[in-house]
Amino acid sequence: MVRKLPAKDVVIVGLGWTGSIMAYELADAGLDVMAIERGPWRNTATDHPPGYAADELRYRIRHELFLRPEQTTFTFRNKMSQTALPIRTWGAFMPPNGVGGGGVHWNAETWRFLPTDFVLRTHLTQRYGAGFLPDDMTIQDWGVTYDDLEPHYDRFEYLCGTSGQAGNVKGQIVEGGNPFEGPRSRHYPNPPQDQPFGATLFAKAARDLGYKPFPQPSGNMSRAYQNPLGVRLGPCTFCGFCEWFGCGNYSKATPQTTILPVLLRKPNFAARDNSEVTRINLDASGKRATGVTFVDTGGNEWEQPADLVILSAYTIFNVQLLLLSGIGKPYDPVGNSGVIGRNFTHQTISDVVSFFDPAKFAFNPFIASGSIGMCIDEFNGDNFDHGPHGFVGGGYMGQVQTNGRPIETAPVPPGTPRWGAQWKKAVKENYQSALKPGTGVHGSMYSYRDVYVDLDPTYKDRFGRPLARMTIDFHDNELKQNAFLTDKFAEIFQAMGARQIVKEYRKGPYDVTKYQTTHLCGGAIMGTDPGTSALNRYLQSWDVPNLFVTGASAFPQNPGYNPTGTVAALAYWAADAIRNRYLKNPGQLINA
Amino acid sequence: MPWTPFPTSAPDFERPGPWQFFTTDEATAVEAIVDRIIPPDPDTPGGKDAGCAVFIDRQLKGPYGSAAGLYRLGPYTKGTKEQGPQSANTPAELYRKGLAGLDRYCKANNGGKGFTQLSAEQQDGVLKKIEAGEVKFDEVDAQGFFDALLKDVPEGFFSDPIHGGNKNMVGWSMIGFPGIRYDYRDWIHRHNERYPHPPVSIAGRADWTPHKS
Repeated sequence: MVRKLPAKDVVIVGLGWTGSIMAYELADAGLDVMAIERGPWRNTATDHPPGYAADELRYRIRHELFLRPEQTTFTFRNKMSQTALPIRTWGAFMPPNGVGGGGVHWNAETWRFLPTDFVLRTHLTQRYGAGFLPDDMTIQDWGVTYDDLEPHYDRFEYLCGTSGQAGNVKGQIVEGGNPFEGPRSRHYPNPPQDQPFGATLFAKAARDLGYKPFPQPSGNMSRAYQNPLGVRLGPCTFCGFCEWFGCGNYSKATPQTTILPVLLRKPNFAARDNSEVTRINLDASGKRATGVTFVDTGGNEWEQPADLVILSAYTIFNVQLLLLSGIGKPYDPVGNSGVIGRNFTHQTISDVVSFFDPAKFAFNPFIASGSIGMCIDEFNGDNFDHGPHGFVGGGYMGQVQTNGRPIETAPVPPGTPRWGAQWKKAVKENYQSALKPGTGVHGSMYSYRDVYVDLDPTYKDRFGRPLARMTIDFHDNELKQNAFLTDKFAEIFQAMGARQIVKEYRKGPYDVTKYQTTHLCGGAIMGTDPGTSALNRYLQSWDVPNLFVTGASAFPQNPGYNPTGTVAALAYWAADAIRNRYLKNPGQLINA
Repeated sequence: MPWTPFPTSAPDFERPGPWQFFTTDEATAVEAIVDRIIPPDPDTPGGKDAGCAVFIDRQLKGPYGSAAGLYRLGPYTKGTKEQGPQSANTPAELYRKGLAGLDRYCKANNGGKGFTQLSAEQQDGVLKKIEAGEVKFDEVDAQGFFDALLKDVPEGFFSDPIHGGNKNMVGWSMIGFPGIRYDYRDWIHRHNERYPHPPVSIAGRADWTPHKS
């Protein structure tokens, strides 16, 4: 029996970064807000105090803070002709779980996308001609521009206390920052983090080669900071246990360290943890959401009625919930019709591992933060002429070494046996003198007609609902891009004086066991045409106007940066549209 | 709806003591194997004295051994390499069957001698054959069993000693990893100067801890 709870103005599905931002903004507007989170409550003091937060086995290897695949997972295949099989243990990406979402255990790499990233198809077609793009590439403009989002990027960076060096303030290029970035209205709230030896050497070599290296923008504090909501963060101590871990120092920007302490004091906000939303309910017309149904840990089903539904789960679970709720037309790659599941993307990551003379180099690789490092952006987006190269897209690259945790990071030169005395000797000799960036080449993945999400015909979750099925493979464009970028990246390590360099190119087929990033994107994308997008430019569903869908599921393709800055800016942008336009006249904000 | 916010999540500490998963024979074999994967040398103990077998024993008895939290619904179908592991065996079952397979293989090919009765060179030879895919076990994939060992043994050597391996932090000391010190603000600027301080575990350090007399 489904029990019905008292109606709310707003129900929010998933209390991660965007759920927290939306909850704060809408509660601040006076609405009665209920957030429902599948995972547990999390709190710095109880869940990751410094006394045991730095447990590599528990958090990195055994995935303590992530979704348990037994709760739900998805199935995967490379090609439409294959049978998809379930992902039984996580590999290529790590779906989050619990209050704070991925914001708890991210590295806090806090980027903005390039202005051209938002008008990608228009820009590339103008510069190179439509014939330059592969026929089956389905990239689109976003319907929103960098200038639209700039105030919202700024808002998130000041919420988080982002540590960085501006490269472009109001059109003025600033020495030491990223000269390719879009103009920002003011400097970062905090100076960049201090850099360790490896990153400093990388920056010097990059400068010598004619590049303009800059510190990676970091949500780890370079100094104590009080954000505009009055929440205080402490300085990062370079503990080397950032991504995959919670921060014990309140030094990493997370919903817990920036918003939740203030949100929880609002009497018109409430949250339920360990409760999984199984359906968005619609009225008889199918054009209006009436709320959601969820299941608690006791297996009891509840209905939470609400006037406004915010779907803010992880990318693929947003898509799955839309499909299971019958909202929007499912994408059909054969007929090239429908929108839900379309333009699904991930990332094209590769790395270069370099070995230096142990007698001359000691890098202390364990002295690190999640977003420490020096980067270059010469090969991102359309910052360089792609004409001679025959591909589009790119990525930033950098010596961004986030840890020296020895289970994960004990590189040995090629040719070393996998075990035995020689392996042991090689680990010992090279631990201090090898460099292995966490994210070396952070390449884009553009969208294609045959890369998509739908519902699996065979495998079910614990409630008997079909799992989401992902069909994804690398296309030649991305593999060419990666080969070009990885070679450029390796040249910098060569110039640093490495005596041996190993280029770990990204190669096809897409492999669900090899970790890249957790940046799954698309499937419920924003745009200007209801025929090719699920959401309008305000993240509002074209089909159900009292439903807004936040998160990277809205990205029409994945640019060459970490997504969280843009995910958060889009949430603020959508919240602004709800507060200032939708609430005055609830209904479709765009007449398509 | 009743719920308990902020449940504690403090870790359990594994203690020395009897085997919790392995039989005595299995444990003897595993101790021999871990000492071939990470052999002792004059500076650093091998896998056995570092506690790697104890680590694996405690892991197999716990949630890892039973594949707790993983997706375990069928049908189980063999897929491509890129689709990831699709075996119905839990790690505990893989070890139980793998160790039995190793014992049978060694006895059949060495005049009735089990793995532990072979010389170190012979043991290395067996493991190299398994690694190369030249050995078949009846119940499980021999190469897959060895891959699990190559993952689990270094984890025992390098994880926090509270999990039963890395005894006295020998793995960390070997490479100069300082464990959970958690604050390097004093060293971030000291470029190319090797960090000088010894490691600290979640359980502290033995020399900080009073002993019972």
